Amino acid sequence: MAYVKDLGAIRALIASRKRWDHVFALVGFAALMIGVLTFAALFADMALQGIPRLNWDFLTNFPSRRPAQAGILAAWVGSCLVMLVTAFFAVPLGVATGIYLEEYAPKNWVTDVIEINITNLAGVPSIVYGLLALGLFVYQFGFGQSILSAGLTLALLILPVVIVATREAIRAIPQGIREGAYALGGSQLQVCRDHIIPYSLAGILTGVIIGMARAIGETAPVITIGALTFIAFLPPAPLQAEMPFLSLDWVMSPFTVMPIQMFNWTSRPEAAFHQNAAAAGFILVLMTLAMNGLAIYLRYRLRRNIKW
Amino acid sequence: MAALSPAATAVDPRPQGELATPAKAEARNLSFYYGDYRALNNLSLVVHEQRVTALIGPSGCGKSTFLRCFNRMHDLYPGNRYEGEIRLYPDDTNLLAPSVDPIEVRMRLSMVFQKANPFPKSIFENVAYGLRVRGERSRRALADKVEAALQGAALWDEVKDRLHKPAFNLSGGQQQRLCIARALATDPEILLFDEPTSALDPIATASIEELITELKRHVTILIVTHNMQQAARVSDYTAYMYLGELIEFGVTDELFIRPKHKQTEDYITGRFG
Repeated sequence: MAYVKDLGAIRALIASRKRWDHVFALVGFAALMIGVLTFAALFADMALQGIPRLNWDFLTNFPSRRPAQAGILAAWVGSCLVMLVTAFFAVPLGVATGIYLEEYAPKNWVTDVIEINITNLAGVPSIVYGLLALGLFVYQFGFGQSILSAGLTLALLILPVVIVATREAIRAIPQGIREGAYALGGSQLQVCRDHIIPYSLAGILTGVIIGMARAIGETAPVITIGALTFIAFLPPAPLQAEMPFLSLDWVMSPFTVMPIQMFNWTSRPEAAFHQNAAAAGFILVLMTLAMNGLAIYLRYRLRRNIKW
Repeated sequence: MAALSPAATAVDPRPQGELATPAKAEARNLSFYYGDYRALNNLSLVVHEQRVTALIGPSGCGKSTFLRCFNRMHDLYPGNRYEGEIRLYPDDTNLLAPSVDPIEVRMRLSMVFQKANPFPKSIFENVAYGLRVRGERSRRALADKVEAALQGAALWDEVKDRLHKPAFNLSGGQQQRLCIARALATDPEILLFDEPTSALDPIATASIEELITELKRHVTILIVTHNMQQAARVSDYTAYMYLGELIEFGVTDELFIRPKHKQTEDYITGRFG
């Protein structure tokens, strides 16, 4: 029993432990700063290069051979439309899968295998999804090099993220709440509709938006399925003046997206195009930050009355 | 364990005089298994109408497991198995029969849990939920039932001005009374309480106990408690359980004053437990 008894020794011991506390705090802070400052430096460099190029024309012009007249209209419209298709397919599929796995699926080895595979799918390189989509959506289903193909590809890519987020949000609901709902005579569907989904909605939406923020920056799979790098027209408008007012023609339209536009510009020799790429990158980062901001806001709003 | 053979002792005391009421429910040779583990062994017990029956015993004796058989809560989890019967009178339905849907059972028997579990909804919606599950849509009927249930749970005066405020803003004791109101709203035939005051302070506990005494005029109550004084205060009948067996069952006053079994005596006098 070599513990210390006299007061002076105890104080010396505490002082030495405190020193190590400080040392770790410094190491941790340094580690944090390396990450944060690297990102800040990258972002600042891009912003400094790109911001002078930003103006209204940049957002409303099609790409051009003359860097000063080139814009990102086709790219940001394409990105938004692809995201729309992605959300349209990934959210219902992912949420339904997550709810089924948590609330309905029997707990046996088949479910275990499916679970492990979903987790693994999240780690599959995105280019592999691109190859799969090229064979399946573009050729097999005949969707061509369209917004639909791209949206479906990215939906596949973020599906595991949405499923995992849904399941985690559902698991966070205390068992007592679930039992309380069943004890009142609720059926499984009633309990899901009235309790499980509303209480996990904040987590589900956060997962969906974070998945979308990942998808909007994906380049490889979209290039693989054949997004154009130079495009000087917009897809047909979804809203029309004549009957039936809504049109789905745009889903079959060729397209480009923000990261592809950037990739195209950075691969050109002229420095002015590099500046365009930086400006487009700045906008893209703003778009993802806005999506994450929306996720934080929704989380806060939806969880106001939920405390557990 | 042969000396503790429950089948011999778990007879219906059928008392005469003021306590005598018809049986509302009856467990017959009930055993319960979590997978291969037998948590309840051959229990038989009668729950009398409009009386409070308390289940006491040390932690892990199976009293909550027994209670949760009554509303088929165990059906929510895989690998659980019942043997024997729980008969509900007057229609003599076996609540544990595979042909009886657990939802039907839960619509007839309500449960109040150990930890207050209000839904993250308004006070009104919490109480109304059982009615909504049963398809009640009329706003008038819902409002009337919700008020009656909150009155019944002695909560109406405290919440009538904030029915549409979140239930989470209530205090712990109020939340538990809200859960009682939620359980009452659907006119249950039996109210099951699973240690309803174990997370509450003495004042909130007293108000719940008072409420239970009040409620038994209309509804049959089965309550699990780890607090022997509580059992003595609120119940008419008490069952002492140990290791999944029913050791002794009888009129509360007699069980506490003249326990028939040494083991019951040891437990209620605090020598063990």
